[in-house]
Amino acid sequence: MNLSVAANINSFLAALVLLTAFGMLVQRRMYGLIHLFAWQGLFLSVSTAIVGFVAGKHHLYISSLLTLSLKVVLLPYILHVLIHRLRIQKEVETVVNVPLTMLIGIGLVIFSYHLTAPVRELSTLVTRSTLAVALATVMIGLLMMITRRHAVTQIIGFLAMENGLFFAATSATYGMPLVVELGVALDILIAAFIFGIFFFHIHTTFDSLDVEKMARLKESD
Amino acid sequence: MALLTLLGIPLFAAIILAFVGDRRYAPEINIAGSAATFAAGMGLAFEVYLHGPTLAGNKFFFVDAFNVYLAVLTSFVSMTTSVFSRRYMRREREHGRVGSIRMRFYHAMFQVFIFAMLLCLLTNNVGVLWIAMELATLSTVLLVSLYRTPTAIEAAWKYFILCGVGIAQALFGTVLLYFAAEKVLGEGGEALLWTNLSLVSDRLEPTVLSLAFVFLMVGYGTKVGLVPLHNWLPDAHSEGPTPISAVLSGLLLNVALYALVRCKVLVDGATRTHHAGDIMMGFGLLSIVVAAFSLLRQKDIKRMFSYSSIEHMGIATFAFGLGGPIATFGGLLHMLVHSLAKSAIFFTVGHASQMHRTQDMEKIKGLIRGNPLVGWGLMFGVMAIAGMPPFGVFTSEFLILTATIKDAPLLTPFLLLGLVVAFAALFRRVQPMVSGEVPENQKPMTVAHLPVLLHMALVLFIGLYMPEFLNQWFHTAVELLK
Amino acid sequence: MNVYPLLIEVLQVLILLSAAPAFVGWVRVLKCWSQGRSSAGVFQPYRDLAKLFSKDVVLAENASWIFRFTPYLVFGAAVLAGGIIPILSTDLPLAATADVIVLVALFAIARFFTALAGMDIGTAFGGMGSSREMTIASLAEPAMLMAIFTMSLASRSTSLSQMAQAVLSGQPVLRPSIAFALLAFVLIALAETGRIPVDNPATHLELTMIHEAMILEYSGRHLALIEWASMMKLFLFAALGIAAFAPWGISTTDAFLPVLAAFIFMTLKLGVAGVVLVLIETGLAKMRLFRLTEFLGSAFLLATLGMLSYFILE
Repeated sequence: MNLSVAANINSFLAALVLLTAFGMLVQRRMYGLIHLFAWQGLFLSVSTAIVGFVAGKHHLYISSLLTLSLKVVLLPYILHVLIHRLRIQKEVETVVNVPLTMLIGIGLVIFSYHLTAPVRELSTLVTRSTLAVALATVMIGLLMMITRRHAVTQIIGFLAMENGLFFAATSATYGMPLVVELGVALDILIAAFIFGIFFFHIHTTFDSLDVEKMARLKESD
Repeated sequence: MALLTLLGIPLFAAIILAFVGDRRYAPEINIAGSAATFAAGMGLAFEVYLHGPTLAGNKFFFVDAFNVYLAVLTSFVSMTTSVFSRRYMRREREHGRVGSIRMRFYHAMFQVFIFAMLLCLLTNNVGVLWIAMELATLSTVLLVSLYRTPTAIEAAWKYFILCGVGIAQALFGTVLLYFAAEKVLGEGGEALLWTNLSLVSDRLEPTVLSLAFVFLMVGYGTKVGLVPLHNWLPDAHSEGPTPISAVLSGLLLNVALYALVRCKVLVDGATRTHHAGDIMMGFGLLSIVVAAFSLLRQKDIKRMFSYSSIEHMGIATFAFGLGGPIATFGGLLHMLVHSLAKSAIFFTVGHASQMHRTQDMEKIKGLIRGNPLVGWGLMFGVMAIAGMPPFGVFTSEFLILTATIKDAPLLTPFLLLGLVVAFAALFRRVQPMVSGEVPENQKPMTVAHLPVLLHMALVLFIGLYMPEFLNQWFHTAVELLK
Repeated sequence: MNVYPLLIEVLQVLILLSAAPAFVGWVRVLKCWSQGRSSAGVFQPYRDLAKLFSKDVVLAENASWIFRFTPYLVFGAAVLAGGIIPILSTDLPLAATADVIVLVALFAIARFFTALAGMDIGTAFGGMGSSREMTIASLAEPAMLMAIFTMSLASRSTSLSQMAQAVLSGQPVLRPSIAFALLAFVLIALAETGRIPVDNPATHLELTMIHEAMILEYSGRHLALIEWASMMKLFLFAALGIAAFAPWGISTTDAFLPVLAAFIFMTLKLGVAGVVLVLIETGLAKMRLFRLTEFLGSAFLLATLGMLSYFILE
């Protein structure tokens, strides 16, 4: 596989990652959301493997496998099980003002593009152009956590942000050193257990996973 | 060697405690573990005092004048907190607020938390620093929600989400840092080692590093609890068990600030401007003023003191942002004395709220008559934290104020305003609580004397006399952070 | 002066006029098959048109000149559009003078007059249809232009012929910007031609109809012209999509053989386009009207993302 073809496929995968990020931003159904998240992980994993192949960085294969097992298989499975156990699969979240959210998302993409300009100019890697997409994915994950009101959605936003960060590491530097990648993956795994526990706590205490219902702690006047 | 022992002990203690569970002697094992950690910390400090900075574990860990005192402080406060938590948590158990499983979890996670913070301080790898910081968050999230009340769960969720979001920004900053470092140091783990980075910081790409710093500032700044990223802090501090509030406030915030300052040094080296410092000063000053005015409105006692923590972290951030030998010295000292004073206050506050079974300040009264140690402890603690002489906080705040008047005179009024308002707000609330007759709802109880006395004595001691070794460390650290 | 391009131009228009009903018939046949019904055959639309032309026109008493004028205008706009889009060859005299923006404007004029005519009679349905149509138009047109701009960025021209040529001469590579633009285009085309999930061309149910509501008062040859025009519009959008995204086979010269090959390719590709359209229509349910903002919003989003990814990724 020559370099330009690989770069081409990689930017296409980057575009798909961005598309899934936007998809998650407006998806209402829980299962749909999880599937989109799994797709995003898959694109990421394939992209990482391609970059690893082209750049001859073999530790990226490990990262790619890690992504595949963690973000495409394990986390979506855990979320599936949780949603099934908590019997919230029918829960449809009200998403306010989808067009506005989309416009903000587009704004974030442009913002990321400008922000990463210095890095793009300095970098010599084939993946440099995808850094803007990576940052945009992080920002959209953030936006998702702000605009959505459901605990599961917020967690998926959090994980999508993590995807973006991982993508950023791959596109800016061909991946962080392996020890860091492994540590980050471990943190995510722990976080997954913690939010799993949280879902049960919130569900039993508030009878719903709507975060809006948690509004007791406010500044008293 | 002492370094690896220091990291190993809490991890080992955590495993033991996970097996011991809710046995009668679990708190004692917790204390023993923390005391051993403290002993190892003292050993390490002694080593550094004699031989200077060292590397260990294949350059993976390092210790210099800056992190050694924070490591000792961390192990010390965790030891006193474990002493305090023995009585406190036993009492909570009797009240039926926590069950047996949760006690097992509490003890194990307490040690994991200490481990994560020590790893943060001692690791040489900027990436591992991030991982350890995240681990510190994750290990405390479920401790904040230990009581499983609706408010506790809400606070913990907020803590989890906000710190998760914040810390993600810091990871992006770290990626950018690695990008810049890779160009100079080559690929691989070596490029993330702080000892290597600090040597070549003047060759790192300035534009990338200033961009990275913005992300690192937002990320670690969230964990420091700087305004406007502070929303999680008062909730997490007020809803969790008091020993956890004490270590969160006294230690975790310090550790996050430590990470921020380490990054700032690299950025300053690359950009050769005061860009990073200006950002930190801005965040710091905003935190001081906003927290001071928020203090006025608080009704919950733990919430009030968590706002005070925001204010003091703001002061330290401001000092490091200001830079220069005096301000940096003041900042280092402030981190130390604030940590000691604030955890002492949380100890007394924990006992006070247990005696009244409430955290509402309106209902807490007559502490000095009811329990002199708690009453006077709170009184002196607040005097110390508000910056009255002769306590150590006065010294550090005085240094910072002097440096501000010299280097940034226009900001002095804001700093002073924050300090004065905070002072007034704290005394307005505390005075009625400590004085007066013992109310009916107050129940007498035995309290842990040692931690409070030890902390207050140290704060007073540092205010009166600065030990030689501490002075030397601070001077070396000031050189390091220049 | 070479007369061949002019001849091809005329040929294209003739093909448009004659093949558009067949294309619609093909879509209907496919739809019947997919739903397990027996169809009326590919040529049923011709019989419908013939019947409508043979009937008298019934005009409402208060119908103004707008009402009478609109069918001819709509029809004319569609025919003109057929001269711009490279269906057989990229060497078109009209395509040199008119680019994609003109094309969008032509469709906009036709739509504007249809909406006016809908309101002209003063019946409730006409007004309702017009207001709905304009709502959709206001959302669809920016998205359409955005998608077109993305395409013209990639080919550095707004002329459709040159766009097609750029794609034909370029390397066959995966370009995210074009993929996004294609997705956006499909969504917009569904909205513009009034297909499911935006509008249902087969229904006269009061609450859901949009396009049909506007032309409810037309009869006889007026109705025939409008129906014919809307058939051509569907054909044109399919041809536009083909020209912009899959122009392989379209001739770049005026020689007889390539044009003949282009005709065969066109037939095949239109056949496939019909299958895709039916698959989309059977796969989706009609949306509620107020969800349409989201539908067209995502079209706009996709088009913008296409443009952004042109800058970011290419």
